Amino acid sequence: MQDQPKNVAQLAKGESGVIAGFSDDELALKLMEMGCLPGETITINFRAPLGDPISVHVLDYNLSIRVREAATIILEP
Amino acid sequence: MSIKSNPKIVLVGNPNSGKSSLFNQLTGLNQKVGNFPGVTVDRKVGHCQLDEHARAEIIDLPGLYSLYPKSADEEIVIQSLLDPEHQDYPDVAVVVVDVSNLKRNLLLFTQVRDLGFPTVLALNMVDVATKGGLEVDLEVIKQSFGIQMVPINARTGKGIDDLKHLLGNPLMKECEPFYDMSTSADQVIEAVQNGHHFCNRYRAFQFAMHVDRIPSFQGDTRHKIIDAKYEHQFNEKALQTEDTLGRYKKIGEVIDHALHRRETTTVDWTKRLDSVLTHKVWGYAIFLGVLFLIFQGIFAWASWPMDLIDGVFGATASLLSGLLPSGMLSDLVTEGIIPGLGGILIFIPQIALLFAFIALLEESGYMSRVVFLMDKLMRPFGLNGKSVVPLISGWACAVPAIMAARNIENKRERLITIFVTPFMSCSARLPVYTILIGLVIPETYFLGIFGAQGLVMLGLYTLGVVAALGSAWFLKGRVKDKTRNFLIMEMPTYKWPRWRNVGMTILEKVKAFVLEAGRVILAISIVLWVLATYGPAEDMARAQTEWESQYADQPAISETPEAQAQLASLKLEQSYAGHLGKAIEPTISPLGYDWKIGIALLTSFAAREVFVGSLATLYSVGDSEDELGIRDRLRNEVVPETGEPRYTLALGLSLMVFYAFAMQCMSTLAVTYRETKSIFWPLAQLFFMTGIAYVSALVVYQLLV
Repeated sequence: MQDQPKNVAQLAKGESGVIAGFSDDELALKLMEMGCLPGETITINFRAPLGDPISVHVLDYNLSIRVREAATIILEP
Repeated sequence: MSIKSNPKIVLVGNPNSGKSSLFNQLTGLNQKVGNFPGVTVDRKVGHCQLDEHARAEIIDLPGLYSLYPKSADEEIVIQSLLDPEHQDYPDVAVVVVDVSNLKRNLLLFTQVRDLGFPTVLALNMVDVATKGGLEVDLEVIKQSFGIQMVPINARTGKGIDDLKHLLGNPLMKECEPFYDMSTSADQVIEAVQNGHHFCNRYRAFQFAMHVDRIPSFQGDTRHKIIDAKYEHQFNEKALQTEDTLGRYKKIGEVIDHALHRRETTTVDWTKRLDSVLTHKVWGYAIFLGVLFLIFQGIFAWASWPMDLIDGVFGATASLLSGLLPSGMLSDLVTEGIIPGLGGILIFIPQIALLFAFIALLEESGYMSRVVFLMDKLMRPFGLNGKSVVPLISGWACAVPAIMAARNIENKRERLITIFVTPFMSCSARLPVYTILIGLVIPETYFLGIFGAQGLVMLGLYTLGVVAALGSAWFLKGRVKDKTRNFLIMEMPTYKWPRWRNVGMTILEKVKAFVLEAGRVILAISIVLWVLATYGPAEDMARAQTEWESQYADQPAISETPEAQAQLASLKLEQSYAGHLGKAIEPTISPLGYDWKIGIALLTSFAAREVFVGSLATLYSVGDSEDELGIRDRLRNEVVPETGEPRYTLALGLSLMVFYAFAMQCMSTLAVTYRETKSIFWPLAQLFFMTGIAYVSALVVYQLLV
C-alpha cells in the first residue's frame, strides 16, 4: 500500500515542503490567494504555545494558519 | 482625455500594504469616517488637492487579497469597483502594493487593472526593500503591466508629491488584459457583453461571477446573466481557481525579471522578537503585562482629565443656574442637558487612551501575535483570537468595543463576540462599585497586602470576564451559521508605529463614541430628567405642601441647603420616576431593594454611573460630588419596618452583582442593533443579561441575609 501524502500539519518546526495541492476545495482558493501556491516552498516558523495555530513562511512573508487548515495543504512526496 | 476637476479616486490594496498610511498622507485631517449604506463597514473618505485645478475625492476601500471576497468588508470593494451605480464607483484606481511581498500583492493589482480602470500602481516601501537587499527593476514592472507606476514610502511621505502629480494629469488606460481567461467561460462572457457593450472581457467575467452582489443588476439583465451561467455551466470555484493560478503564473514570470535578491547580513528583528513574544512563557507573561498597562492607563492615567471634565461641567452648571432666570428652561439646561453632556464627555479620556493602546498594538504588528496566542484559548468558547480586541475594549466602553468586532470574518463568531462584550466591566460601572465597596466592605487586609476592598473589586472584574466567556460558551451551539470559520491571517513584520496613524485612530474612535453613544445618552438623560422632575400634579402639590408645613413657623431655615435637598427628595418621590420606582418595588424587594434603589436602577439606563447621582438626590445629599456624604447617609438609612440598617453586606453585594451583569445601557443596545441589523440581538442581550443579573442578585441576597 502506498504511503499517504504528507501535509503541512505534519511538518516539524523549521521543516519545509513543496506544496502539491489541497484536500479542501473551499479553503484552497483562500490559501492560494494568500500565496500558498502549488510549487511554492512552505516552511514552519513556529507553533503557538498551545500547539495551534502555526506560523508558516511562504512567498517571502509569514502567515498564521490553524492546524486544521494546514492539514488541507498536501505536500509533494 | 482631459481630467475631471474633481475625480473620484479609490485606494485598493492588501491589508498591511500601507494603504491607510497613504490615505492619511493624501488627505491629512481632511477625512471623515462614515458607513457604507446598508452595511456596517467603515467608509473613509477624504479630499486631496492634486494641483491648482484638480481636487480629488479619495476613498479608502477596505483591504482585501483578491476580487473573490470572504467577508462583508471585502464585498464592499467588489460592489464599488463593479457597480457603475455605486456612489464610490471610481474614475481612477490606485492600487497600493508592498514591494516586500510583491508576488502576493500583485494578484489583486492585476485583477483591478484588468477591470479596465485607469490604474496607478503605488509601489510602497521600495527604499526600505532596497536597503534589505532587494533590487527592484522598476522599468520591467512598468513595461510588463503597461501602466503608470510611482515608488512611494507611505510612512515617510516620500513619493507622495509624484503620485499627486501623476493623478492630476490624464492617465492612460490599457486595453490589453494582463491575463486573459481561457475559453471555458467565453459563452457567458459574450452573453454579458451583449447587454453591456462597454465592458471588456475580464469585467464581463467578474460581472457574471458577482451578479448577485451587484444591486443595480436587476430584472432582465440579471436573469440573462444567470441563465447564461446555468446554460454554459459556469463553475465559479473552478474559474476562480483558474483565474488565481493563471495570474500567479504570469506574475511569477514578471517577478523573475524584475526582482533580484542580494545576500545580506541584516538582522531579522521580526524573527528575534517573535521568539520572545510568542514564547510559551514569555509570550503570555508579556501579554498579561500589556493588559496590566492598559488597565493602569484606563484607571490611573485617565483619572485626572476625567476629574477636570467633571469639575468644568459642575462649575458650568452652577454658574449657569446662577445666571439664568430660574424656571423650567434653566432647570432643563442645568439639571438635564449639562450633566447629560458631562456624562458623555467624561468617558473620552478612557476611550482615547484605550484606543491609543490598541492602535499602537495594531500598528506595531503585535496585535496579530495576540490573536495567534489567544486563538486556541478562545475557540472552546465559540470565539476566535480576533475576539480579544473587542473584549479588552469592553473595559472602557462597550460601544466602541462592539464596533471593533467588525474585523471578525465569521458571522457566528462576530455575533457571539458582540453579544458577550457588554459583560466586560465598563468604566461606567466603576463609580457604582466604588461607592458600594466603600459602604459595605471593611478596610481589612489579609497577609498584610491584600486589601478586602481591592479583592472585591478584582472579583467583580473577574466576574465580568467569566460571564462573558460563559455566555459565549452557552451560545456556541445555539447560534447557527453555515459559513466555515477559519483563521488564515498575515503576520506582518514588526514596525515602529506611525504616530499620525495612532492619532487618527484615536480621533476616529472618540468621534464615533460621542456621535453614537452620546446621542442616546443625551436623549435618555433629558427623558429621565423630565420623569424625575414632573409628576402627577396633585402628588407634586402634596409634596410641596408637606414640606412647607414643616418649615411654616421658621421660613428662614427653609432656604438652607439641607431643607432644599429635602424638598428635592420629597418631589422625586412623587415624580413619575418615583411612581415607577414604587411600581417595580415588589419585583425587586426579593433582592433586598426598595423603591429608592428602584429609581436608581431605572435612571441607570442612561448610563450606569447615574446611579450615584440618583442616590444623592433620593437621600437628599445636597452635593452629588460629595462621595463621603452619600456614603454616610446610606450607612444611616434604616428599613422602616425593622429599624435595621438598609445597606447591609448582603444588599451591597447583591447590588454589585446586579450591576456586574445587568444590561443597563441604552447606547450599547442601540449599537448592537446597528451592528447586527436585527432587533433580536439587542432584545436578547437585554433579557439574557438582566435575567442573569436578577437571578444572581437574588441568590446572593437570599444566601447572605
